Amino acid sequence: MITKRIIPCLDVKDGRVVKGVNFKGLSDVSSPVELGRYYSENGADELVFYDITASAEGRALFTDILTEVARTIFIPLTVGGGINTIDDFDRVLKCGADKVSVNSGAIRNPGLISEAAKKYGDQCVVLSVDAKREGGRFCVYAKGGRENTGMDAIEWIKKGISLGAGEIVLNSIDTDGVKKGFDLEMLKAVCDISPVPVIASGGAGSIEDFITLFKEIPEVDAGLAASIFHFGEVAIPDLKKALAEAGINVR
Amino acid sequence: MLAIVDYGVGNLFSLKSSLAAIGVEALVTGDPEEIRKADRIILPGVGALGDAAEKLCAGGLDKVVKDEAAKGKPLLGICLGMQLLFDEGEEYGNHRCLGLIPGKVVSMKPVIPEGYKVPHIGWNRLIFPEDRPKSPLFKYVSEGDCVYFVHSYYASECGPYVIADTEYGARLTAAAAKGNVYGCQFHPEKSGKVGLSILKAFCELKSGEEAGI
Repeated sequence: MITKRIIPCLDVKDGRVVKGVNFKGLSDVSSPVELGRYYSENGADELVFYDITASAEGRALFTDILTEVARTIFIPLTVGGGINTIDDFDRVLKCGADKVSVNSGAIRNPGLISEAAKKYGDQCVVLSVDAKREGGRFCVYAKGGRENTGMDAIEWIKKGISLGAGEIVLNSIDTDGVKKGFDLEMLKAVCDISPVPVIASGGAGSIEDFITLFKEIPEVDAGLAASIFHFGEVAIPDLKKALAEAGINVR
Repeated sequence: MLAIVDYGVGNLFSLKSSLAAIGVEALVTGDPEEIRKADRIILPGVGALGDAAEKLCAGGLDKVVKDEAAKGKPLLGICLGMQLLFDEGEEYGNHRCLGLIPGKVVSMKPVIPEGYKVPHIGWNRLIFPEDRPKSPLFKYVSEGDCVYFVHSYYASECGPYVIADTEYGARLTAAAAKGNVYGCQFHPEKSGKVGLSILKAFCELKSGEEAGI
């Protein structure tokens, strides 16, 4: 049976990982290459690199770093941040990314999903959605969660999948950063309509939160988190062990 | 020298890097002469089968690969490259493939239970056939080790040539071999240490060595 995936997400700005980490044995805690290698050797099933650079110089640095990461890491690599055109897909895929995550760029131009899916295959296109409760429904936010688009998240995800998105990352703005667990209600609503894999994001604070996630919603394929891994609050080998003991199939 | 066949489908960067990580120098090439000179060949590929088969044939590389395989050179097809090794495939129409391993590439949808997502994406376990010795391709791998899959179609009707299955609501062919021709449905170059050890075993195969079948 297929295993549940654990995915650390690294934010990269100007070629460096922001929000430093706290690991022993790393000579450079903000080097994406070192951190990527650390995670891949310590049980991560996939890595997400998110480019939060605003400048062209920073983007070029990111591209260089990505090439270096891809050269040293032999697990799937997803890249997101600043993906607005098919040329952006091309740029990061050439550097060795396996999948590309789109968010605001796809909201502005949904045709980007279909164009990319047609060119690179559905499995390459990950639709990342930031959603928040608003008057009894889930609304899609753009620009890193700063702007309410007024779109219904469930409808947007359905549309994204019909256009060719091969995976969904659902980030709940309501639970993000609270560290009291994933947004099970929102995730359930998305899993109910999604024929493609769903990756849960936002809210993980402990190992128990991952166990609850996979027990309560067996349809969820993966759990993504950032700070709890980076700050050493949860070590991935310990998390994998605890999940296995709870009867959840992990690598 | 190992040749990675470049016929315009997929990203070959990771594959080249993973071979470099195990100390194997690989040449990414679409040049028939270079492929003929190589002592072993990897046929990669992502995307749609019909398109890939067409591109491979358009460059005449189908014949090159078949000729070299017939000489006993170790050949490894990965993912779509594996599917191309069989007789035929049905993705968006019926396509003739290389016919190096008997079998047919079909959609997994009719055989897996409802509720199972397609494509089959993620890490899944290798299961070895009970009635045959372990393939030399897996000499560094244990049953139950996980490898990374991304696919919607799988090789069927290749029973005696299966060297590993995986379980996804049904048994799906994870790897097959006939003589010196090997195919992995999963991506060894994306399967961490397990994947690297499979590539290493492939690079250690001698020309003409039997696949343990």
